[in-house]
Amino acid sequence: MKLPAFDYACPETLDEATALLAEAGGDAKVIAGGQSLLPFMAFRLAAPSLLVDLRKIAGLDGIEVADGEIRLGAMVRWRDILDSAALARALPLLPAAIGHVAHYQIRNRGTLGGSLAHADPASEFPCIAVLCGASVDVVGAGGHRTIPADELIAGPMETTLEDDEIIVAVRFPRWPEGRRWAFDEFALRHGDLAIAAVAAAYDMDGPHIAHARVAVMGATDTPQRVPPAEDALNGRAPDDDTFGAAAAAASAAIEPTEDLHAGAAYRRALVGTLLRRALAESCAREREAAE
Amino acid sequence: MSGQTFQLHVNGTSYAVTAPDRKTLGDALREDCGLTGTHLGCEQGVCGTCTVIVDGRPVRSCLMFARQAEGAQIRTVEGLAQGERLHPLQQAFIDAHALQCGFCTPGFLMLIVGALEQDPDMTEDELAEVLSSNLCRCTGYAAIAKAALAAYPRPATPAE
Repeated sequence: MKLPAFDYACPETLDEATALLAEAGGDAKVIAGGQSLLPFMAFRLAAPSLLVDLRKIAGLDGIEVADGEIRLGAMVRWRDILDSAALARALPLLPAAIGHVAHYQIRNRGTLGGSLAHADPASEFPCIAVLCGASVDVVGAGGHRTIPADELIAGPMETTLEDDEIIVAVRFPRWPEGRRWAFDEFALRHGDLAIAAVAAAYDMDGPHIAHARVAVMGATDTPQRVPPAEDALNGRAPDDDTFGAAAAAASAAIEPTEDLHAGAAYRRALVGTLLRRALAESCAREREAAE
Repeated sequence: MSGQTFQLHVNGTSYAVTAPDRKTLGDALREDCGLTGTHLGCEQGVCGTCTVIVDGRPVRSCLMFARQAEGAQIRTVEGLAQGERLHPLQQAFIDAHALQCGFCTPGFLMLIVGALEQDPDMTEDELAEVLSSNLCRCTGYAAIAKAALAAYPRPATPAE
C-alpha cells in the first residue's frame, strides 16, 4: 500500500516544530521512528496533511540515570533501552518489558515518545510508565508542561496532548534498593501485539510486601493500575496464596476488551495466569540472585 | 516524478533522488536508485522482506520515508557480493537450500548480516528470535537457520 500524500517538514528546533504544529491546527502529525505511524498511514487510519520529523532536533535521545530520577529523551529507541547497562541496573523492569516490543528491525527504529503518543493499549512502554508513576514532559507553542503518564493516556490511541504539543522526555522516579518486579506477556508470536500482559513492582518490609503496584495492558482499553490486586499483595507474605489472591483480584477487577484474537473471558483468565506466574518469578529471581 | 531532490548513499554510491515526500525508502531504492534486489512484501511493517541496513542497523524500508534516510549509509543486498565472489551468507543460503521462491531472501540476508554485525555475541536462541522477524512461506525456516549458523557459527546455547 502506498502512503497518502502529505507535506514534510524537518525542523532543527522544538520552537520551529511546535510553531509548525500550531499553524497546521490539528491536521499535522509528529514523526519520530514512524514504526506505528507508517502502518497507520498505509491503512489510511491516519492521513495527516503535514508530518513534522523530529530527527534533526538535538537533545531528545539521552538516557540519564541520576540520583533522584531517570530521564529518557523522547527519541530514545527501544534498542537504546536494551543496550543501556545503567537502565538494566536502575530500572530492570523496563528492558524486560521492552524485549517484548515488536521485532528486531522495529526495535532499531521505534521510539518511546512515539509509543506514548500513539497510545496503543497493547504497547509495553506506556504500561511501564503508568505502573512506575512516570512524568511526561511536553512542549507546545505556549510553553512546557508535565503530565503524569496515566493522565496522558486518555483512551485507545488517544492522548491528552494538545495539537501543538510534542513529548520531549519521560522521567521515572528512582527505585529503592531491593525493589522486586514482575512482567509477563502473552502474544500469538513473540513480538506480536500483546493479547494481555501484566507488570508489577513491590518492596519487602521485613517478611511482608509493601508499596505494591500492579498494572495490566493489552487486555483493557488503556494500560492501567489494578488497585484491588495491589491491596491483595500489601502486608502479605510473598507466597503462592498471596499471589493467587492478587491474580484473582486482578481478573475480577478489569474490564477486558474483546477482538478476533480473544474474548473477554479468555483475557480475564489470562491476566490472572500471567500475574500469578510473573509474581512467582519475581521471587525466584530474588532466590537466584541470593545464591 | 516530482518532489524534493536529495541524496541517498547506498552501498558506497551516492544517488540524487527526486521523489515525493510520501515515497518510502524501499520504493526509492527500487524505483529511483534502480536497486531492485530489495523486495517489498506487505508494505505495512509485518513481513520484514524489505529489510535493509541503515547506519549499521537492520530496518524495514517500508517503515521509513526515503527523505528520512538522507545522510545515512544504506546497505542493500546488491552490496553483499564482492564482484563475482558471493558473501559467505549468500553461499551458505545456496549450500543449505535456504531459499525456494527467493522473494524473502534479500530481506533475510540483510537481516542476518545486519543483526550479526550489530550483535556479534548473539546466541543461537537469540538468532532464532531474530529470524522470526521475517516471514518465509516456503522453507519453514530450518534451512535459513542452518545457513545463518554455517556463515556465523554460534557457541551452543547452554542447557538450563
